[in-house]
Amino acid sequence: MDGPMVRAEAVHKRYALLEVLKGITLEVAPREVMCLLGPSGSGKSTFLRCINHLEKINSGRLYVDGSLVGYEERSGRLHELPDREVCRRRTEIGMVFQRFNLFPHMTALENVVEAPVLVKKEPKAVVMTRARALLDRVGLSSKVDAYPNQLSGGQQQRVAIARALAMQPKLMLFDEPTSALDPELVGEVLDVIRALAEEGMTMIVVTHEIGFAREVGDTLVFMDEGVVVEAGVPREVIANPREERTRAFLSKVL
Amino acid sequence: MPLRHPGRWVATAVVLVLVAMLVHDILTNPGFGWGVVGSYFFAPPIVSGVEKTLELTVLAMVAGVVLGVIFAVMRLSPNPILSGAAWTYIWFFRGTPVYVQLVFWYAISALQPTISLGIPFGPEFVHMSANSLITPMVAALLGLGLNEGAYYAEIVRAGIISVDHGQFEAAQSLGMRRAQLMRRIVLPQAMRVIVPPTGNETISMLKTTSLAVVVTYPELFFQTTNIIARTYQAIPLYINACFWYLLMTTVLTIGQYYIERYYARGSSYALPLTPIQRIRRNLTTLRRIPLSASTPGRP
Repeated sequence: MDGPMVRAEAVHKRYALLEVLKGITLEVAPREVMCLLGPSGSGKSTFLRCINHLEKINSGRLYVDGSLVGYEERSGRLHELPDREVCRRRTEIGMVFQRFNLFPHMTALENVVEAPVLVKKEPKAVVMTRARALLDRVGLSSKVDAYPNQLSGGQQQRVAIARALAMQPKLMLFDEPTSALDPELVGEVLDVIRALAEEGMTMIVVTHEIGFAREVGDTLVFMDEGVVVEAGVPREVIANPREERTRAFLSKVL
Repeated sequence: MPLRHPGRWVATAVVLVLVAMLVHDILTNPGFGWGVVGSYFFAPPIVSGVEKTLELTVLAMVAGVVLGVIFAVMRLSPNPILSGAAWTYIWFFRGTPVYVQLVFWYAISALQPTISLGIPFGPEFVHMSANSLITPMVAALLGLGLNEGAYYAEIVRAGIISVDHGQFEAAQSLGMRRAQLMRRIVLPQAMRVIVPPTGNETISMLKTTSLAVVVTYPELFFQTTNIIARTYQAIPLYINACFWYLLMTTVLTIGQYYIERYYARGSSYALPLTPIQRIRRNLTTLRRIPLSASTPGRP
C-alpha cells in the first residue's frame, strides 16, 4: 500500500440543475484521518457517498486503493462496472451514517453478523466470535441481544460502527456520526472513533466537532459550495485560517 | 346521585324488542329449516367441499403472494423493461373482473386447442391438448392466483416503499446486492405493512373461491348448489354454507392476529398481551391477591 487510499481528481457531481461538487481534488494516505468540515449543503456528504458509489460522479476521476470507483478504464475509455463488482468493492469500505440506519428487525449482534455471512460468505461461527469481540470493543457486550429501539442513540451508533468494522474494511467513512445525538452521548461515539484512529484505520470523517477534528484529524479539509476552500493540518487551519470563508465559518461554530 | 341517562333506557328497550322479533322469527319460521342445516353440516359432500375450498384458498394465495412479490420487486426495478412488464400485468389483471378471468381460463381450449413446449417457431418437445391440461383445478388456480398476484403486487410495493431509505443505503454500503437487500433487509421490514392486508386478502380469497363454481371446481359452494339442485332446500343449505365460511374466516382472523404480533418485533416497545396471556395473568393475580385488592396493571 504505497499509493494513496483515496484519490480524487476534479470530481464533479450534478443533480439535474444543481451542481453539488465542482471539482474536488484531494488525497487520503493510508492510516490517515481526514476530517471534512463545512456548512450544510457544501457537498461533504455527497463526496463521501461518491467514494463508495452510492452516488455516481459526472466527471473527474475517483480512486480507492488505486482502482477507479464504479468504473473500469480500458483503452482510454471508461466502462461502468457490473453491479456485482460495485458491490464487491463496497465490502472494502465501511460507512457510518448520521441516522445510524441499524436494521430494526435484528438484534445488535444480528446487525453485526448479517453482512459478513450474507455477502462475504464467511462461516457463521467465525463471524459470531468476531462480532462479539467488536461489540465488546465498542463497550456493548451487555447489549448483544437488544433490538435497536431498546438502545440509546449513542449505543446505536456504536453498534453501527461495529457493523461496518465486521466487514474488515480498509477504509471507513463517517457521515456526521454524532449530529443526531444528544450532547451527552457524543463523547462515547467519538471515543470509539478516536480508538479506531489510534489503531491506524484510514478514515474520512464529516463532522461539526471542531475539537475532535483538531485532536484526532491528520488533515482538515474545509469545503464550501462544492469546492475545497482550504486544507491542511487541523491545528493550523483552525488557529490561522488563510481563507476568508473558512474564517467566517469557524467564527460561527467555535 | 349519579347522572341519569333516560335516552339509554329507551334505546335499550327498542333494541331488545327488535332482537326478540328477529330471534322469534329465526326460531319459528319453518323456512329456515334448521333441522336441514344441522343434518347437512357434516354431510360428506359438504365436508369435501370445505376441504377443496381450503385447498384452493391456500394454493391461490401462495400463487398470489409469490407472483405479487416478484411483480412488486420488478415494478420497482431500475430496468424499464421489467418495471413496464410488471405494470402491464397489474393493469390487465386488476382491470378485468375475476369472474371473466375464470371463465376465460376454463374456455382457453377454444382459443388455444393444443399447448406445447419447445423452441418458439421451431421443434416441439411436449404436445398436449388444452382440455386435458386445464382441469377445473388448474383453471380456478390460474384465474384466482393471477388476479390475486396483481392486487398483492401493489400491497408488497406499498410495503417496500414504506421502508426508510436509509435502510437501503446501509445495506448497499455493506456490499449487499439488490436481491440480498430485498430478501434480508427490506422485505422483513415491509412485512409490518404487508401482513394486515394479507389477512384481508386471504379472507377475501376464501370467499372468492365460491366463484370457482363457474369452472366446475367442487368447492363448498359448488357442492351446496349441487345439493340444492337435488333437494330444493335452498335457504337451509345456503345458511349451512355461510356457517362454514364464517367458521373458516374466524379461524383466519385469529391466525392473522398472531402473525401481526410476530412481525411487530423491534418496532414497538411492549406488545399488548394476547387474550390467552391476559386470562393467564388474571388467573395468577386472582390467586395471589385477594379480589378486593386486585388492580389492573402490569405485574
